[in-house]
Amino acid sequence: MIPELGHFALIVALCIAGVQALLPLIGAQRGDATWMALARPAAQGQLVFVVIAFACLAWSFVSNDFSVLNVASNSNSLLPLRYRFAATWGSHEGSLLLWVLMLNLWMTAVSVFSRRLPSEMVARILSVMAMISIGFLLFLLFTSNPFERLLPPAADGRDLNPLLQDPGMVIHPPMLYMGYVGFSVAFAFAIAALIGGQLDATWARWSRPWTTMAWAFLTVGIAMGSGWAYYVLGWGGWWFWDPVENASFMPWLVGTALVHSLAVSEKRGGFKIWTVLLAIIAFSLSLLGTFLVRSGVLTSVHAFATDPKRGIFILAFLALVIGAALALFAWRAPKVGLGGAFALISRESALLVNNVLLVVAAAAVLLGTLYPLFLDALGLGKISVGPPYFESVFVPLMAPAVFLMGIAPFARWKQDQPLDLALRLKWAFAVAVASALLLPFTLGRWTPLLALGILLAVWVAVAGLMNLKERVLQLHASTSVSVSAALRRLPRGYWGMLVAHCGVAVFIVGVTLVRGYEVEKDVRMSPGDTVAAGGYQFRLDGLKRIQGPNYDATRGVIGVTRNERSVATLYPEKRFFTVQQMPMTEAAIDTGVTRDLYVSLGEPLADGAWVVRVYYKPFVSWIWGGAFLMALGGIIAVTDRRYRLARRDALAPATGAATAVAQAA
Amino acid sequence: MKPRHKRLVLIAVGLLALGAAAGLILNAFQSNLVFFFSPSQVAAREAPQGRSFRIGGLVQPGSLQRQAGGVSVRFVVTDTAHDIPVVYAGILPDLFKEGKGVVAQGQLGSDGVFRANEVLAKHDANYMPPEAADALEKAKRAAAMSQKTLIDPHNKR
Repeated sequence: MIPELGHFALIVALCIAGVQALLPLIGAQRGDATWMALARPAAQGQLVFVVIAFACLAWSFVSNDFSVLNVASNSNSLLPLRYRFAATWGSHEGSLLLWVLMLNLWMTAVSVFSRRLPSEMVARILSVMAMISIGFLLFLLFTSNPFERLLPPAADGRDLNPLLQDPGMVIHPPMLYMGYVGFSVAFAFAIAALIGGQLDATWARWSRPWTTMAWAFLTVGIAMGSGWAYYVLGWGGWWFWDPVENASFMPWLVGTALVHSLAVSEKRGGFKIWTVLLAIIAFSLSLLGTFLVRSGVLTSVHAFATDPKRGIFILAFLALVIGAALALFAWRAPKVGLGGAFALISRESALLVNNVLLVVAAAAVLLGTLYPLFLDALGLGKISVGPPYFESVFVPLMAPAVFLMGIAPFARWKQDQPLDLALRLKWAFAVAVASALLLPFTLGRWTPLLALGILLAVWVAVAGLMNLKERVLQLHASTSVSVSAALRRLPRGYWGMLVAHCGVAVFIVGVTLVRGYEVEKDVRMSPGDTVAAGGYQFRLDGLKRIQGPNYDATRGVIGVTRNERSVATLYPEKRFFTVQQMPMTEAAIDTGVTRDLYVSLGEPLADGAWVVRVYYKPFVSWIWGGAFLMALGGIIAVTDRRYRLARRDALAPATGAATAVAQAA
Repeated sequence: MKPRHKRLVLIAVGLLALGAAAGLILNAFQSNLVFFFSPSQVAAREAPQGRSFRIGGLVQPGSLQRQAGGVSVRFVVTDTAHDIPVVYAGILPDLFKEGKGVVAQGQLGSDGVFRANEVLAKHDANYMPPEAADALEKAKRAAAMSQKTLIDPHNKR
C-alpha cells in the first residue's frame, strides 16, 4: 500500500509540474498576474508530493519491505538502520528520486526567497525549473520506477553494495546532488533573463547567492566523495581522475568560473553574455554528469543497471535541454548587449583570464572523459586516458590561474597601473619565492614541482592577508574608524572571498606535500614484525577474527610508535560480506593535522602472514580542509548584507503603503 | 597605437594563448593514451614494446603464484585462445580472483612477460571489465572461425 501511495504521489507531482511549467510562462508573456501567481503555490505543492514519495520509499527500506524490487535488490534485513535509510538513495531509482527531491527543495527555496523579484521573473524561473522536473519525473515513472513490486516477495534482500555501507555515503550523495541540482537555479535564472530580455546588474545580484550556494554544496559533495575514495577503497589515493569523478568535477570548474563572472556582472555589468553561457554550460555539464554516471555508460560503483532505454532517455533529455537553451541563447543573446569597457590591466581582465583558464581546464577534462567513450561507441577500439594526462594538463593551466588569484583582489576595476600593482604585491611575492626556495629543504627534498606548489600556496595566502590589511587601513584612513571596527565593517562577501582563497592555498599545500613526501610501503608482515615509514614504527601485534552484523572479518592490531613512544593503535579489517559474497578492505587511519597514518590489510599468505599496506601521508587532511574552507567561504559570501538588504528594500514600500493606508484610515 | 590596432593585437594574443593551451592539451593527450590489447593481439605482436598498454581477459585458474617472502605475484591472463604471463608487485584488488575477469596496465618485456604496474579493481563481484569481456568474445569468434575451416572439408566429403 505504502509503495503505491508513493507511486501515486509521483504522478500527482508530475501533473502539478505540468501546470507549473506551462501556465506561469504563458502568464508572464501575456502579463496575466493570476496565471503568474500560480508558480509559487505550484512549486510548494509539488515539493509536498515529492516528499511524500520519498518518505514512502524510505519507509519501504527502513521497514524491510522486500516485496518492493528496489528494496529487495539493495537492502537486507541485517543491514544496520542508518544504512537501510541511506540505501533509499543507494540505487539507481532511489538516487533519481533524490535528484527530483533536491530539485524541488531548490524550487521551493526560490519560491520563498524571491519576494523582491518581479513576478514575471519568478514565474519564468519556476516554470523553467518545472520543465526540468517534468523531464526527471517522466524518467522516473517510465524507465526507473522505484516502487516496482516484486511478486512473490523475496525472503530477504540482496544487500547494499558493501562499498556504500559507510557513514560518508549517508551524506555524500545529498550534498553532491544539492550542488548539481543547484546549478539548475542559475540555469533557470539565465533562461528567464533570456526570455524576458532583462539582463542587468540587478539580475546578477539576484542569481549570485543561488549560484554560490550551489557551488558550495558541490564543493563539499566532491570533497566527501574524494574522502570516501581515500578511506573506503583502501589504496590511499584521494583522486583518481575516474570518469565518475570527472563528471562532478567539470560542473565544478565551470561553476567556479560562473561564480567569478557573476561578480563582474554584478559589480560592473560586464561579461553578461558570457555569464549566461556559463550558467547554461554548468547545468548542462551537471546533466551530462548525471547521464554518464546513471546510464551505465561508465562502469563504477555508481552505475547500476545497464538498461539501454534509460541511457537513450537521458541522452534525449540532455540534447533537448542543451539544444533548446543554446538555441534560445543564440536567438536572444545579441539583444543583451555587452558590459562596460575595461583596460588590459584591470580586475575584469584578471577575472576573464581566470574564467578562460577554468573553462579550458573543464574542456580538457571533458575531452579525456568522453573521447574513450566515443571511440568505444564507434567501435574504433578501446583506450583509456589515465591520471598522467590530467595532471600534465592541469598543472600548467591552474598555476597561472592561482597566480592571478593573488593579484585580482588588488587590481582596481576598469583600469590599474601595472607598476603600482607590482609595488603593492612585491612583499607577498618575495615571501612566496623565499618559502618556495627554502621550505622543501627543511622537509627533506627539493623538486621544481614541490617548489611551485609551495610558491603558489604561500603567494595566495600572503597576498590575501596583505589585501585584508590594505582594505582595513583604507577604511581606517577614510572613515577614521578603529581597526577592529573596520574589520567588522568589511562586507561578508569580501570575507567569503578571502576564506575561499585561503581554502585554495590550504588545498594546494595538502596536494603538494602529500605528493612530495608520502611514504607508501606494501610489505609482508607476520605477527611481531615491524616496518618503518615516515619516522614511525608500525608493529603488527596480532590478528583476530570478528563478526559484524552482515559480514565476517579479520582484524589486524597494529601498534604505531615514534621514538619509542606509542602514538596510536590501528585496527584495519578485511571484511567478507556474506550476502553479496564480496570481500572488502577497511583501512585504519590515524588522522592528524600534519600527517595521516594509513594501514590496510592486503591478502593473507600461506603461513599466517599478511601483505600489509603501510602509508605515511603528510598533510593529506589539508586537501579536504581546503575544500571545506572554499565551501565555507561561499556560505559566508551568501550571508552578505547586500543580499538581505535587497529583501528589506522590497518589503519597505509595502510597509510604507500599509502605514499610509493606516494614516488615511 | 590606434584602438583598432590595440584590439587586433589583443585578439591575436588571445588566439595565440588559446592555441598554445590547445596544443598543450592535445600533446598531453596524445602521449598519455593507453591502448587496450587482448592476449591474442599481444601474441600476434600487435602490442607496442616499451610503451604502457592494457591487457584484459580471465585469470587462468591455478596460475596465481606468490613469490616466496615478498609481495610480488605472477598469474596468467588468457582469452582462452592465448595466454600472457603477468608479474605484479603489490597488493591485488579485493575482487581479483582466479577464473574471473581482470584488466592490467603495464609494459611488455622482451621475454614476453607483462610487467603490470596496475591491476584494476572493479566495484562489483559480478562485474566483468568490458575490455576483458570483449577480448574473450573476440577469441571465441576467432576459434569458431578456425573450427569452421577445419570442419568444412570434412562436410564436403
